Amino acid sequence: MTRNSGFPGGKAAIVGAATFGIGKCPGVAAVDMAAQAALLALADAGIALSEVDALYTSAPYEALGGLELAEYLGITPRVTDCNRTGGSAFEVYVQQAALALDAGLIDCALIAYGSNPASNPPTGVGMTRQSAWEAPYRPLAPISSYALATSRHMHLYGTTREQLAEVAVAARRWAQLNPEAAARDPLTIDDVLAARMVSDPLTVRDCCLFNDGAAAVVMVRADRARDCATRPVPVLGAAHAVTHREISSMPDLTVTGAAISGPTAFAQAGIRPADIDVCMVYDAFTITPILFLEDLGFCAKGEGGAFVSDGNIAPGGGLAVNTNGGGLSCVHPGMYGLFLLVEATRQLRGEAGARQVKDAQLAVAHGNGGVLSSEATVVLGRG
Amino acid sequence: MIQPETEWRAHLAQGRFMLQRSRSTGGYVFYPRVAEPMTGAEDLEWVEASGRGTVHAVTVVRKKDPADSYNVVLVDLQEGPRLMSRVDGIAADGVTIGMAVSARITEEGGQPILVFVPV
Repeated sequence: MTRNSGFPGGKAAIVGAATFGIGKCPGVAAVDMAAQAALLALADAGIALSEVDALYTSAPYEALGGLELAEYLGITPRVTDCNRTGGSAFEVYVQQAALALDAGLIDCALIAYGSNPASNPPTGVGMTRQSAWEAPYRPLAPISSYALATSRHMHLYGTTREQLAEVAVAARRWAQLNPEAAARDPLTIDDVLAARMVSDPLTVRDCCLFNDGAAAVVMVRADRARDCATRPVPVLGAAHAVTHREISSMPDLTVTGAAISGPTAFAQAGIRPADIDVCMVYDAFTITPILFLEDLGFCAKGEGGAFVSDGNIAPGGGLAVNTNGGGLSCVHPGMYGLFLLVEATRQLRGEAGARQVKDAQLAVAHGNGGVLSSEATVVLGRG
Repeated sequence: MIQPETEWRAHLAQGRFMLQRSRSTGGYVFYPRVAEPMTGAEDLEWVEASGRGTVHAVTVVRKKDPADSYNVVLVDLQEGPRLMSRVDGIAADGVTIGMAVSARITEEGGQPILVFVPV
């Protein structure tokens, strides 16, 4: 299986995971937060900072963020990356780190991210520019792009605003079980429907949070993982697909690259979607879990709205989705992908407290970047 | 080499909505670039668009004053390419998917801009 897929499934594992500063983290720089999360994840693994020889980060406001974090930590990595696939970057890093570990190029990979846009709003020029072909029409970035995809899904499949609201409410109910989640007050379907419309059909309650947060994970080869302080979480599959940059160039507004990365990652792992116990899918907007549940194969195309209805992805539902509360109710500091991996790791280690999925054996973490542009799927197991 | 965006805007300023077409594949290209996506064909020539299209997707950007709200659409051109635009000549929230539209060049902020109107 692994030979055919080209991915060294099970040869590397996540051995450390941490979050830091979720919600409000004032008075510090983004790199301070990334470094703090990194040290927590290394302590979790029982690995010294000096052992890290590969560094993967995506700094929020610094194009050369990989260099910045290496300098800050005082390490000299053999591999450093600060890729720009948006929120999916961290799932891509797991893929790249697994390959580099298996090749023997590196021995210990640190993936870290920190961002505090709520406390420390970015100033000056951002790192992305508006498309010359879209800017004249003043779409709100990025919500209008997701709204356009949503309009298409509603048109083709009859998906409703109530079904979108189910996603937000399910995320909130999970968040209420997670002391770390930022938004834990009650939220109903009616609250979402009555919320301020931003870009039809998406209201402010269909949008993820915009708050502070940092996270980190540490990866080593499976043989080294056995000596770590925690139960290792093997990486069974990891795949990536990029289909476009701007929404006007998305090949099919209702089919994302997850329809490529998902089946590839599941095949690498030798499993089917039905085997998954914990499903972490990037919820930038309420439409995205619907699209990813379809594209990853949890339900047929067009049936995502029905799938999320009646609390099916909420606590006690048929599938545990976004158990930390997601980007919608836990944390979303600009790029959320690493938090998916941390929550999947905590679930597979049995450390998720009141929100623990019983006997979780397999998890998927699916990251999204840009405007449904970059899709990366990681399948994790229990060591 | 050709200057894709500059040449397209020069045409627009002269009142022409142009597409690129590959002489070898016959495929139409928008937005303008140095080669046809997927084939890499570089034998692109400028041809005038029919201007006919269909609304593929739509959203309305809501402002505090409803009068300031506006639509943003994706239009499928008859020639094949899809682009972002706006439908004028109709209430901001009156645009529906599947609506037949026709291209217009208007001016906004002193610059020519391509929009669509209902047929």
